[in-house]
Amino acid sequence: MDAARPDVKRHHGLVRLAHWINAVVLVGMIASGLQIYLAFSHFGPRGAPYPNPLDGSGLPRWTRLGGWLAGGLNWHFALAWPFVITGLVYLGFLAWSGEWRSLLFRPRDLGPAVQMQLYYLRLRPTHPPQGKHNALQKGAYTFIVALGALSVLTGFAIYKPVQLAWLTSLFGGYELARYWHFWAVWLFVGFTLVHVALVLLVDPPSLRAMITGWYRGRFPSHG
Amino acid sequence: MADRAPGLSRRDFMRLGLVAPASLAAACGWDGGPIIEPRLRAISRLNDWVGEKILLSSSRLAPEYPIEARTAPARFPAYSITRNRTGSFPILPDDATWALEVGGLARSPTRLTRAMLEALPRVTYTVKHHCVEGWTAVGTWTGVPVSVVADLARPTADARYLRFDSFDSRYSNGWDLKSAMHPQTILAYAFNDRPLGVERGAPLRLYSPIKLGYKLTKYLTAMTFTRERPGGYWEDQGYPWLGGI
Repeated sequence: MDAARPDVKRHHGLVRLAHWINAVVLVGMIASGLQIYLAFSHFGPRGAPYPNPLDGSGLPRWTRLGGWLAGGLNWHFALAWPFVITGLVYLGFLAWSGEWRSLLFRPRDLGPAVQMQLYYLRLRPTHPPQGKHNALQKGAYTFIVALGALSVLTGFAIYKPVQLAWLTSLFGGYELARYWHFWAVWLFVGFTLVHVALVLLVDPPSLRAMITGWYRGRFPSHG
Repeated sequence: MADRAPGLSRRDFMRLGLVAPASLAAACGWDGGPIIEPRLRAISRLNDWVGEKILLSSSRLAPEYPIEARTAPARFPAYSITRNRTGSFPILPDDATWALEVGGLARSPTRLTRAMLEALPRVTYTVKHHCVEGWTAVGTWTGVPVSVVADLARPTADARYLRFDSFDSRYSNGWDLKSAMHPQTILAYAFNDRPLGVERGAPLRLYSPIKLGYKLTKYLTAMTFTRERPGGYWEDQGYPWLGGI
């Protein structure tokens, strides 16, 4: 590490705490969710399945949490509390601190996102200038927060489809809400794989930044 | 190479990276064990409280569907504990002497025969059935509202719950009064315009579109007002007690 590159304080303690709580809780939510899914591994009314590559298939034991349906339900509905509370605290912090400005993808980020993609495809020789995050990262982090919100809302829609009927109908009814809830899982899994790969391949010091808060890597600009 | 930043060392990261997945892998298929499982159930009780006191409306009705929306009966699963054990649905030895015992903390305990139940005000609706497993089906149910029967039995002021007993291998359920007195909670004696079949819980079953299927006691024998919260066949094994949707 060269001394000319000073450590930059990158992530507030609250953001780091929320990130890691969320990482653990999300694993539990997905694993208990798959345990619940296994009780009826189809979509739509009985006998009218929706397109689903995992239709009727079993899931390996290591992907599941709870042991049986009731165990899965109890894990899922217990972990939902920290999942929602952490999400709300995180969003509240972004709003209060103004951090949302460096994370929210807005229409003006479209051009820079294309430039960034060109750079990754080696069609542009130099790394485009960026603030704390580049436009593609903003897109990814905006997407993942929206996905979290979608998971929570579709979750409530299938948890209380009568009492929260307005919410359930927003997603096209119980069967479709359950379908979107399920697809959100695979978007989370896909995001996480890409996210971890990019951290390790492109910017390993960002891992330390998410643990200690301090960053000393290739992208120190802190706009 | 000086590591000036406070916090974990690189070695600590690696330890964390190894320990976390290993403990997660060990947790697979895990219900929480003797330490965590009771705490998960305690949180489930909190969720029941939120579900009953905050989310449940006494008057909001579940949507009704046109007759054409009915699920073909062959695609509408029927379930019984006795059938799981013996292969056949529970049948009364003497159908003619059956009557529903209504009692417990009530000033006018009573016995209601099928004819008496059918003479009481009736409700018919075509609604969606939600199973805890995740499937749904639409069917038409006819019966007498539990609130009508409660008015006959006149529960005392300290009655807070209802217990529904059956002749299906001692299957039973406990209900909060708020859900039980909901206008769509009925003691059903007909399904899709015909008398209840043996697979649907004949001669009488509890039905309501505001609860999951496992709360809807089939093969009823008794309806009892209680002060203490009654358990239930699946609830005692860990299923959410409220089962409200």
